[in-house]
Amino acid sequence: MSQKMKDASIPTIPLKARFSRWFGRNLLRIYMIFGFTYLFIPVAYTFAFSFNDSGKSNLIWKGFTLDNWKNPCGAPEVCNALGNSIKIGLLATIFSTILGTMIAFAIGRYKFKGRSSSNLLIFLPMATPEIVLGASLLSLFLAFKINPGFWPTVIAHVVFCVSFVVVTVKARIASLDPRLEQAAMDLYANELETFRKVTLPLVAPGIAGAALLAFSLSFDDFIITNFNSGTLITFPKFVYVSAARGIPAQANVIGSAMFFLALAIVIAGQLVKRKKTR
Amino acid sequence: MSFPKVRVPYLLLLPGFAFLFTFFILPIINLAQTSTQTPVDGGDTGQYEQTLAFSNYIQAFVENKEQFGRSFLYASLATIFALAIAYPLAYAIAFKAGKFKNILLVLVVAPFFPSFLLRTVAWKQILGEEGFVVPGLRSLNIIGEQTTLTSTSIAVVAGMTYNFLPFMTLPLYASLERIDPRTIEAAGDLYANGITAFRRVTVPLSMPGVVAGTLLTFIPAAGDYVNAAILGSPNTKMIGNVIESRYFKIVDYPTAAALSFTLMVAILILVTLYIRKAGTEELV
Amino acid sequence: MSKDPITARGDLRLTRITKSYGDFTAVDDLTLTIPKGSFFALLGPSGCGKTTTLRMVAGLEEPTVGSIHLGDTDITTTRPYQRPINTVFQNYALFPHLTIFENIAFGLRRRGIKDVKEQVDKVLNLVELPHLAERKPTQLSGGQQQRIALARAIVNRPALLLLDEPLGALDLKLRRQMQIELKWIQREVGLTFVHVTHDQEEAMTMADTIAVMNEGKIEQMGSPADLYDNPETAFVANFLGQSNLIKGKIDGNDGDNLVVDLYGQKISMPKKRSHAVDNSLYAGIRPEKFRISRLGTPVKGNTLTGGRIEDVSYIGVSTQYVVAMPWGQEVMVFEQNDDGVAPFDKGDEVNISWEPNFTFGLRGDEDIEAGTEVNPEELEEE
Repeated sequence: MSQKMKDASIPTIPLKARFSRWFGRNLLRIYMIFGFTYLFIPVAYTFAFSFNDSGKSNLIWKGFTLDNWKNPCGAPEVCNALGNSIKIGLLATIFSTILGTMIAFAIGRYKFKGRSSSNLLIFLPMATPEIVLGASLLSLFLAFKINPGFWPTVIAHVVFCVSFVVVTVKARIASLDPRLEQAAMDLYANELETFRKVTLPLVAPGIAGAALLAFSLSFDDFIITNFNSGTLITFPKFVYVSAARGIPAQANVIGSAMFFLALAIVIAGQLVKRKKTR
Repeated sequence: MSFPKVRVPYLLLLPGFAFLFTFFILPIINLAQTSTQTPVDGGDTGQYEQTLAFSNYIQAFVENKEQFGRSFLYASLATIFALAIAYPLAYAIAFKAGKFKNILLVLVVAPFFPSFLLRTVAWKQILGEEGFVVPGLRSLNIIGEQTTLTSTSIAVVAGMTYNFLPFMTLPLYASLERIDPRTIEAAGDLYANGITAFRRVTVPLSMPGVVAGTLLTFIPAAGDYVNAAILGSPNTKMIGNVIESRYFKIVDYPTAAALSFTLMVAILILVTLYIRKAGTEELV
Repeated sequence: MSKDPITARGDLRLTRITKSYGDFTAVDDLTLTIPKGSFFALLGPSGCGKTTTLRMVAGLEEPTVGSIHLGDTDITTTRPYQRPINTVFQNYALFPHLTIFENIAFGLRRRGIKDVKEQVDKVLNLVELPHLAERKPTQLSGGQQQRIALARAIVNRPALLLLDEPLGALDLKLRRQMQIELKWIQREVGLTFVHVTHDQEEAMTMADTIAVMNEGKIEQMGSPADLYDNPETAFVANFLGQSNLIKGKIDGNDGDNLVVDLYGQKISMPKKRSHAVDNSLYAGIRPEKFRISRLGTPVKGNTLTGGRIEDVSYIGVSTQYVVAMPWGQEVMVFEQNDDGVAPFDKGDEVNISWEPNFTFGLRGDEDIEAGTEVNPEELEEE
């Protein structure tokens, strides 16, 4: 190759044309660098300030310490709030995944009267602003003299998570080759066996993805929670309430830990997927 | 399975739809009812009776038309900015990333793993008086001594733009990724230069993603009050802030309900018009 | 030299083109001239560099080194939209959001032509689909989409039309029909067509000139008949149709002919059909050129004796025999069924004979398996 490059009888491409082409090709790459920097500024800030030796208010950099990471419950309310968020998140995930998966199978696998209005009912909660969902549920609870708190919050979370579960699982079902199920039946599996041995394992990644999505939606929700949780403090609510006077560095620790945990889960998921396709 | 086959889908739907009916449809109906109630004469705070007072709506709207306007303005601006930032990003990942596609997709979503609230607070502190940006800009004389970055409408819009970015990027990516790159090559082959090929082929083919992304950004942005509360000032209050304070501070449920209902209907009308205009109804 | 490339016309000349991706060389020092007005085919197996070559001509890739000229205009680095070259893409790449009419009008409108109706209608008539103008591409069958892709390209009257496996997605019957139609359209519009394919039959049906490519280089170039009757390499001999290659040694001269020793039996062949470089050579004979006769029957031409029928397949127009030769090689023989019956049975002892002029000679150091391991029908594009 290298000899050929130097061969004077081979016509070469002018340098100028090459440079303008290079720039055109790399303009988007340069943009990507700026874009990702912008995306990661708050994450980097949150992570950096989780090491701040700040005392109560974590507004100004006062020095490096690992204390916050060693003792994430140093600010007592943080861990209490985190515990509530996790409990609510898990319960909301379980209920919304079960209900949503059943609906997804009904809509994705069967043709029946009322299918398009079913689709509409699933779409509506996603098209309704959170504040309306939260406020309307609160007025229902108040009308029936139910006090806001833990269970009303769980219910509220299930309402908005169900639609996302349906959409995610439905997409997975739609991508399934129906001939696989026909093949199973051809090979003497009855409906139930076909479902258990073929359909469910194939849809499982979609359900797992939906559950993860539901958990992260629930865990991160503030507006609907704020309306229905009464005096119960969740993690986002804690951050909101303490935002004015500066949140404790332990909250940054938890935020950063969540970031790395979620990143690990997503990357692990990608690796599993890649392994399977090989 | 012993039951007749036709019933299977209905049985599968039953628990979920019963739940949604009780905790989504009923509350909306209840909200509509509450919105036309008036306080009981001589009753306690929070006691109301049904009087079909539609005047609640007029009053609520007249008192808060500024906040309504702001909500739709801010949400529109945030949607436009998010589209402008996300489109090249999604395009680059879909067409230029090669084998790094999956990693970059993860990186697009990753910043949104730490809590929504933490991100917003982080921006407040980065751009605040004690952060490093404002003093830096001041010492370089780019902004004056009085200028602040937080507590402005710009900060609120910027915060919303950032926070709803993944809702824009992911649908855009999904529809861009589906485009056969050969159709874009074909446009080039048929005498369209880069810009024309983009305008005539790439953009029309990515419209489903644009529609989905703008809806997924605009709807939550219009009802949001967190960004306005943390990054804004009393002069940047949105309709969400009003509804929140009517519920929790003033305890005026009918007005709050009327405002919520108006917001919902206004968004539904806008969304319907928008989908009609954009000509894509395959969203659901 | 400085004239607008879009107006360039004339022969297409590729000069010492190399295209590498990292360590991989897709096209290796290729020089090629395609005369104006010809129907030219680049034929080769998947990964041979033919599609890369086509994409460089279209402007979708840029050569690592080398130059491309159209007439006397250098178009090596010209953008695709500045070249008077159009492509019929593999899988057609019709714009799914535009009607058929707008798909065809796309190129005309980009060049600022306002009144497109007449030209679009004319080309729709040429491909015999005028009634589909207002449909969307997804509403068309594969064959219809193929014709629209062709119409979309030729409406621009390009100096050069590139066809990238244009018939790959069609079924066999439709493919045959389109082959004939494409050839007819090429004559009708008088454009230069450059056709890339892995299907040797498709290339032979349509092209005036075929270049057989392998591993980034051109193995041999010529008319379909030249390539078939007188292949220069084992790759060409095997990739275009089937060949029997028998190891031999050149034993002497006999006027314009060579005397060749094949495992102790002498045959003769024309000197000018030998591509051997020394004494060793492979004698190549196409299966349909062989004749089979019973032992003792007098025959003309070259004869090899001591064969034994191993297998008989009757396929209507012909009967295919596998004949085991005394040195252990099995040769293929195709016999026309002139008399309607298969006259030989498995196990019969036979001679095989052929006209000396049908023999071609390959270098004795060739890999006689080259070009056989690829089954063109099964391969998708690289």
